[in-house]
Amino acid sequence: MSAIIHGAGAATALTTFHSKKLVARSRTNLPGRSKRCIVASGSDDGSKSFGSSSSLSLRHSHKLIPNNAVATKVDTSATTGHELLLFEALQEGLEEEMDRDPHVCVMGEDVGHYGGSYKVTKGLADKFGDLRVLDTPICENAFTGMGIGAAMTGLRPVIEGMNMGFLLLAFNQISNNCGMLHYTSGGQFTIPVVIRGPGGVGRQLGAEHSQRLESYFQSIPGIQMVACSTPYNAKGLMKAAIRSENPVILFEHVLLYNLKEKIPDEEYICNLEEAEMVRPGEHITILTYSRMRYHVMQAAKILVNKGYDPEVIDIRSLKPFDLYTIGNSVKKTHRVLIVEECMRTGGIGASLTAAINENFHDYLDAPVMCLSSQDVPTPYAGTLEEWTVVQPAQIVTAVEQLCQ
Amino acid sequence: MATAFSATLPLHGSSQENRLLLPPTRLPPPSFLGSTRSLPIRRLNHAHAARRSPVVAVQEIVKEKKPTNPLLITKEEGLVLYEDMILGRSFEDMCAQMYYRGKMFGFVHLYNGQEAVSTGFIKLLTKSDSVVSTYRDHVHALSKGVSARAVMSELFGKVTGCCRGQGGSMHMFSKEHNMLGGFAFIGEGIPVATGAAFTSKYKREVLKQDCDDVTVAFFGDGTCNNGQFYECLNMAALYKLPIIFVVENNLWAIGMSHLRSTSDPEIWKKGPAFGMPGVHVDGMDVLKVREVAKEAVSRARRGEGPTLVECETYRFRGHSLADPDELRDAAEKAKYAARDPITALKKYLIENKLANEGELKTIEKKIDDLVEEAVEFADASPQPGRSQLLENVFADPKGFGIGPDGRYRCEDPKFTEGTAQV
Repeated sequence: MSAIIHGAGAATALTTFHSKKLVARSRTNLPGRSKRCIVASGSDDGSKSFGSSSSLSLRHSHKLIPNNAVATKVDTSATTGHELLLFEALQEGLEEEMDRDPHVCVMGEDVGHYGGSYKVTKGLADKFGDLRVLDTPICENAFTGMGIGAAMTGLRPVIEGMNMGFLLLAFNQISNNCGMLHYTSGGQFTIPVVIRGPGGVGRQLGAEHSQRLESYFQSIPGIQMVACSTPYNAKGLMKAAIRSENPVILFEHVLLYNLKEKIPDEEYICNLEEAEMVRPGEHITILTYSRMRYHVMQAAKILVNKGYDPEVIDIRSLKPFDLYTIGNSVKKTHRVLIVEECMRTGGIGASLTAAINENFHDYLDAPVMCLSSQDVPTPYAGTLEEWTVVQPAQIVTAVEQLCQ
Repeated sequence: MATAFSATLPLHGSSQENRLLLPPTRLPPPSFLGSTRSLPIRRLNHAHAARRSPVVAVQEIVKEKKPTNPLLITKEEGLVLYEDMILGRSFEDMCAQMYYRGKMFGFVHLYNGQEAVSTGFIKLLTKSDSVVSTYRDHVHALSKGVSARAVMSELFGKVTGCCRGQGGSMHMFSKEHNMLGGFAFIGEGIPVATGAAFTSKYKREVLKQDCDDVTVAFFGDGTCNNGQFYECLNMAALYKLPIIFVVENNLWAIGMSHLRSTSDPEIWKKGPAFGMPGVHVDGMDVLKVREVAKEAVSRARRGEGPTLVECETYRFRGHSLADPDELRDAAEKAKYAARDPITALKKYLIENKLANEGELKTIEKKIDDLVEEAVEFADASPQPGRSQLLENVFADPKGFGIGPDGRYRCEDPKFTEGTAQV
């Protein structure tokens, strides 16, 4: 846990160090982009993360996000905002949406009286009742299907997998029903579910509790996948996912629940399809998501001291990829490193590599490099587990190699 | 063996009797969502009698009851039932013809012989009640009110089909009629049905709406060995959901006899194990099915929870049009053919002077014309165009993401032409 918080601290240190340069650069290098009002980076400097702005005109954004976006002003000197942990941010987002729309409900194991195994739903059962925050028996396939049936008939369930790995038992319902029913019904039924839960490699949790399901789900047509990594985007993505008419799978990470950040008091949502610029740079584009963002930022600190200038993008949207943000970055730096926690074979990185090669081949000065976890069932032993996932030292080496 | 526990406990027993049979428990708080049964700590006999929900075959009920009106249906009801069953039968026969003429492809599962179950249940439902079925869903859709034209077009894969040609035989959906599908994998629809029932309860208890919609889930004997079935029986009984689980036991899962695949073939017994009544009914008799259905539906509407109904029925044709149907014994087929539900209802109507031959013939002719017209309509309808390929993948097409040019892919004009690269 200390490593992670250190990583977050590194991000803090980095942005304050470069704050002047940062602002200047953003103005010159990203001229066409209008900062979309949806993004509030209205927290103190330390936790400034630009939600990605895009060149979509205001008219476009207005048309596309008619009722979802809440315009907030970009306020760089804000002292407002409140500090909380990532799981509290998720809870806040969920609670706000449940207050806003009585059709939003939660179902999962131990979400009610227990408050959720990671406390994301703490207190919600007391406030909203046992039916709106439903403690289900242990039957992932059936209660996921139940959530889908409820969504088809008018509710907006948030289905929690106590661990993402358990959702393998619900694969039938997620693939066949969640992804497909809107299509096979000819558009008659919508499935506005959110399927969420913690995944990823934790601290010696063993193979089955350390799975990365994003790679298994990514082929399913009809679903969207997002991965949160900070309290800010956790709350924003949770709210956006609940409001979306599409089925959305929200990947959280077991080790990130205790991250602390100051987030705005005003209501905001994050765009489900956009990537997040963590640190603009010139030399190399590093694409990452979820926990690996922090390993990348740790590596970035070292790289900066060595004279490199990496651009770090948290892709956030695992399906579909935000090829605009990614593409602009590739066109600028001409080098790409993907750092992910997925397995080597058939993971998100593999798809992303293919997408970048297909779309931006002409802009690349070097082959796309992808650092992923080893293709092994995550071992229990601490040392082995450490070698399974990508560590900052490997990232530094890879960047040095690519930038030769 | 089946009657050992059930002999003395009537399905329609008065509520007073039922209360006496249940062991005294402390009353749970009214908001408690869960099982109200306490674990038995008394002697075995007592516990058995107390815990068993009243379960009995319907034939016994019909014998016990001395109804004031000796007939189970009125003339109007009888004609509605007859028309519905004739529609089911004619439609399926026409499907077979069209399939062999190359108008429809893939897997087509016909419902011949099982019409009593569909008609018996669905004709008691309102438009806002939901029905969930399996791949053998044409007749469920028709009974629920989906037009024959829409179903036939869907089978032909035309744009005018109920699912725009995107679903096919195994995915009959209708939002208007609350037909929630049509599922290709067995058991897959049962959780969806449970969810629809959950929505009913939610609307009533959380949204405080006046909602007594019930959901009827149809599935087969093979499904009753599948985990999803049991998981949903548990949840439905636990949350007292307004759902009726209807097992269309036609004794065969493609080529697997029910007796060869099930340790205890009496499926209705599995209901009480989860705390709901389990009923076995003759599924070749639409009136018997209707009587059971009435009780099960009103139970659900009153908020008393789910019921498991096992309908003993038979499919006259093979599992699908691709099945040569060589495994089933000719004698068995003949036995059930003699119990054809349509013939049985016709006989009942005529013997009880509810209708005459002429009226029934008129109905048959009307349905023949309707089905013919449906085929003509489907034939004349256009095939889906290229631009339809990517529609309906997402309810919100922003889900296709942002392309390299910064625009949402769905904004690309080529998207609607069907030539966009996604």
